Order: sequence, then structure tokens, then C-alpha cells
Amino acid sequence: MTQNNDRISPLHGAGGAMMGQLLAEHVLPHFVSSQVGRINLSDMDDGATIALPSAGELVMTTDSHVVKPIFFPGGDIGKLAAAGTLNDLAVMGARPLALSLAVIIEEDFIISDVDRIVKSFADTLIGSETPLICGDTKVMGRGEIDGIAINTTGLGIADPAIGDAGAVAGDVVIVTGSMGDHGMALMAAREEFHLETELISDVASIWPMIRTILPVGGIHAMKDPTRGGLAAALNEMASKSKTTIELNQPAIPIRPEVQGLSDMLGISPLEVANEGKAVLIVSPAVADQILEMLRKHPLGHDAEIIGHVGGEYPGRVVLTTDVGGRRFLDMPLGDPVPRIC
Amino acid sequence: MARPFQLSDPVRARQLADAIAILAPPTPVKIVHVCGTHEMAITQHGLRRFLPENVEILEGPGCPVCVTPTADIDAVVQIAEAGAIVCTFGDMTRVPGTRLTLEQTRSKGCDIRVVLSIAEAVHIARETDREVVFFAVGFETTTPMTAAVLLDDPPSNFSVLVSHKKIPEAMAVLLNLPGTNIQGYLAPGHVSTILGLAPYAKQLDTFKIPIVVGGFEPLDILYAIALILRQIRDGVGFVENAFPRAVSDEGNLAAQILIETVFESTEVHWRGIGAIPDSGYRLRDEFTQFDARQRFQIEGETGDEHIPGCRCADVLTARATPADCPLFGTRCTPLSPVGPCMVGSEGACSIWFRYGGRELP
Repeated sequence: MTQNNDRISPLHGAGGAMMGQLLAEHVLPHFVSSQVGRINLSDMDDGATIALPSAGELVMTTDSHVVKPIFFPGGDIGKLAAAGTLNDLAVMGARPLALSLAVIIEEDFIISDVDRIVKSFADTLIGSETPLICGDTKVMGRGEIDGIAINTTGLGIADPAIGDAGAVAGDVVIVTGSMGDHGMALMAAREEFHLETELISDVASIWPMIRTILPVGGIHAMKDPTRGGLAAALNEMASKSKTTIELNQPAIPIRPEVQGLSDMLGISPLEVANEGKAVLIVSPAVADQILEMLRKHPLGHDAEIIGHVGGEYPGRVVLTTDVGGRRFLDMPLGDPVPRIC
Repeated sequence: MARPFQLSDPVRARQLADAIAILAPPTPVKIVHVCGTHEMAITQHGLRRFLPENVEILEGPGCPVCVTPTADIDAVVQIAEAGAIVCTFGDMTRVPGTRLTLEQTRSKGCDIRVVLSIAEAVHIARETDREVVFFAVGFETTTPMTAAVLLDDPPSNFSVLVSHKKIPEAMAVLLNLPGTNIQGYLAPGHVSTILGLAPYAKQLDTFKIPIVVGGFEPLDILYAIALILRQIRDGVGFVENAFPRAVSDEGNLAAQILIETVFESTEVHWRGIGAIPDSGYRLRDEFTQFDARQRFQIEGETGDEHIPGCRCADVLTARATPADCPLFGTRCTPLSPVGPCMVGSEGACSIWFRYGGRELP
């Protein structure tokens, strides 16, 4: 086999000089400002340290990311991994302290693509003022993995942490923006559909927006509606709190292009992933104030009050439809498939 | 966020509901539609809430995936096992055959690809030397596309397994089955854009029941139901068009010519109903080189379709609602479907399970 300097080889994951070179040239330069504790990423030690915070609760989350296509309209797997983990922390009400980055790459993967992915991971962290403190690289043979997979673990601090089970009757349900953008953008980008749309993923770290509203208080539950979309997030929140979530469909923000594609494919925009949004269940006393603050932030410009919490059907989500009908909005079952006609 | 104008205005919907209440007779009325998209719209928008209690609307054989017989699935499994690339619509991959679903066939290592149209299958065929077979299911909306592709000089490694079906013929057969007791049909808008109105009259004139072509927006459907109830009140039964913004009397003549050029009518088997004369298509002699059955020497044999306890056959013939089936939502869910009506996303059981069905909050 001829050596190709532009592509990943098994030696890049072997822990020797080749790996050192890959990290030094294509990974570490993106994280120059990663300083948080006494032992940092640049020290390349066996681990990194974080000074213990004096108050609050530590929050830890982990997520593995595979996505097809790896580069999609509005982002790539690097941005998705960073935002996904930062957002999991954010909706726990946690300020991110540090992230890890573990990458498994398929042999022959283009090295400049690794650069792009790591850079967009790093840029997303910078936007949320979060350091990367440790990482790992492995290479698998051709066909043993599909391109690249990323795992990130995030540590954050919350005072106190906000769960997803705290809804009480009378609360108000808020989303921070339009629903279904990420899922539908990826669906449109899948090559087998040959669709030309202007849809872009909403992938973004929402911590800069969430931190502005945390001091208000009164947030009883919060989630990021990723896989399974708003429907999955709200069903989980209703079921854990044994409340009924009453949604008003006309109030749910959905972009016309997302609605159009959704009608065409027969896939509900409420059941596909968002990667830069949160759904909040808040005390009615603070609902208007929180809505106003969200809308002042660029990521929350389209925030809306979409419903309230009741108690008629514990654990269920009820949707009042555009036309004035009513039905249950249940937990989506799995990967949605497009319909025939 | 501004939304495009939709025919879902709640004030007008309420006005139509009031009209429906006035037009409806005091006795029970069963209206049947034959289209998964209608069921989806009715259930997703919660439209049954707008009907009086004695007016019921049910899905008949409206899901092309659900009515596809086991024999056709078996044939496609056999073709995939022979090494061809099989292209099909997403739902088809989960329908049970005698031995396997296409999804299970794929996990055995066969090459089964989900496409959105036959054109994508042709595209795949042009990029490979391997045999590519398109599993052509669907009613009159998808049949012209298959015809157009076969008339457009497809590559020689491309063939189709034809499982297209005709809706008006099935609507007529349903009326003759014992216990269906149908008082009116909501006819499918998109099929009618192709067919026009004449085929309904031809098949169904003798039955003297209202047949109203309806669109798919909430107000379209409520309006069509109002027209059906008006015919019932007036004691008449004829074909009426409540979707004139898309459906003309004569339909899409170009599409009809495409179908006529490539296909001829033949008796086909409908899952849940049985064989119906002239209710499907086979390729005309000039096109048999694209017939996957011939190319792969498939013998058509209908496997056993009886599933103990499953009432799909009654659901497909509008003799039961999904909720009438003892397996619905218990042993049979979209995650582990027992019958085809829970498999196809256009199937009544699947739609009721996913969107709440008759269970109105």
C-alpha cells in the first residue's frame, strides 16, 4: 500500500511519533487557550486537573456522536459533539467547566477533514468559554467504522442543578426557537433524497443564552429536545412529573421550509431532533420575563410560550391542533421513515 | 414566526362542524375513505372531534403497503437473496413476508435500499453493473411514474416488480362484502388528480351511494364530509368533486396514457380482501424485458396471510376500527407489529397508535 500523507493511517492511532505529529499539527493548535487547572491539555499528561469549586453541585454528562453526513448544512460532527455536550450541561442549569474529546477515526480518513472537525469543535467551546482538558485518538481499519465517531464528556457546575421532572400544574411551557430544524436539514442533506433546500441545522451551544436566564429562577424543568424532538422531550417531562402538558400547536414555532419538507416526507417536525434549542417549564410568575430575555439573545429570537402544565391526563402530552382539534402527542417510536405518497 | 396560509382555520372549521351537525341524520352513518393520507390528516388534526357521535369515518384499504400480498414480499426477498439491489419505499421494508421482512433480509447482508421515487432507483442502476430491481407498489399516484420510467429507456440492468393497484375497483368490491355497511365514500384527492371522476362512476354507479373526492387539509376533509352527508340527507348517490382546485373531471390525461401504454389490467390479490378482477396491473408484452418476475423466474404463490387474533382484514375492509382489535396497542405496536396495518405508516392501526386515534382528550 502506498503511503498517503493526506490521510489517516493506522499509525496515527498507535501512540508513537505519527500520533504525536497528528496531535501537534492538527489537534492541539485549535486549543491554545485550554487552561483550567494545574495540569492542562498542553501538558499531555495521563489526566488533567480541575480545582474543586467552593459551592454547588458538579454535573457530568457524556455523549457519543455519529452523524451522516459528517459535514451537513449548518455544521459538522465536531460542532454537534461540542454543542451536544455543552447543551446537556446547560439544560441542567450547569456552567460548563471542561470537556474531554475522544475520537475514533477510520483508516484513510482525510486529515484535513480531521482539522475541520476539530476546529469547529474548538470554536464551539470558545464561544462558551469552555476549555478542553483531555482527549484520546484511536484509528480503526477501513470498514470497521463509518468515517469518524466522537465521544465527549462534560463537567459543569450548577447551583442547584435543574432536572427534567419538576413540572407542576399551572407552569408555563416555553421553547427557545423553531422546532425540527436539525432533523429536517439532515433529512434533506441525505444524498438519496436529492433535495435542494435552504434548510440549515440549528446546531449551536445554547449556554450563552441559558446563562442569561438562570439568575431569574423559577425554572422548574428544562431539556434539550434532541433525538425524538419536542414530542420525546415533553413526554419525558410529563411522565416524570406525572403532569399533563397541554400544547397549543399554532404557537409552536416551525419554519415554513421545515413544515414543507415535513409535509412532503410525512415526518412530524415535532418528532425530529433540534441541536440548538431548549424547552423550559417555568413558574407562571417568571414566564413573561424569561420569554423576553430569551428573545433578546440571538439564539432565542423566536422563543415562544407554547403551552402550559395541567393535570387531567397524568404523564401525557395533549395537543390542541391548528384547526381546533385535540389529540395526544405521544412519545415517538424510533427513526422516522418517509412515506410513499 | 409567520406561517404559510393553511386550510386549517379554526373558525371556518367550527362553521363546517355546525353544518355537518345539521346535515347528519339521527341514525348511525359510516363513511369510508381509502387513503392513508386522509387518515393521517383526520387523526393528526383531531378532526373526529368535529363530527357528531353517530357519524363515523374509517379507513378502508387505503394503505398500499398494507394491502401488498405476502407473495409479492416473498418475491422481492427472493430477488434480493439472488444478489440484486432492491429499491423500495421505506415502509415496505418492515412488512412481514412468509419468511422474512425486507429489513430482516437486509440484515442478512442483502442490498436493500430505501428510495423516495423510482427515478432514484434508475439512478442507482446507471451507476452500477449489478441488477437493480424497483419494488413498484402504490395506487394510481405512483403507477404513472413507473410507466414514465419504463418509457424513458432505462438501463438494461434495471427491472420492476409490479405490485400497483387500482382503488375504484377495490371500493366497489368492499360494498359487496358482508358486514361492511358503507353509506358513503370520501374518495382520495391525489388518486383523483390522475383518474378524474369517471372511473368512480364506472365502478360504483350501480350502488347509488355518495362518492365525494376530498383534499387533505382539515377544511377540505370537513367540507367533503358535509357534501357526503348532504347527499345522504337528500337520498341521492353520485360522484361529486369537493377538491376542484386539484382534481378535474377528466383527470390527468397524459398520466392515464402513460399507464395505458405500459400496463394492462389484471386480477391481483389484496391482503385482507383477496383476489379482485382487473384491480391491478401487469406489464404489456412490449415491456416484459423489464419484468423482474420473469428476469428472476419468480413463481407467484400467495402465502398464508392469516395471523391469529389479528383483525387487519377487518380494518382493511372498514369492518373494524383499530381499537376493535384485541391486539391493538397491546401485543401489536409499531415497534413490534403483528399485522400489516400496524407496519405501514399509512396503515390505520399505525396512525391510530401514533396519533391517538379515536381516543379524544
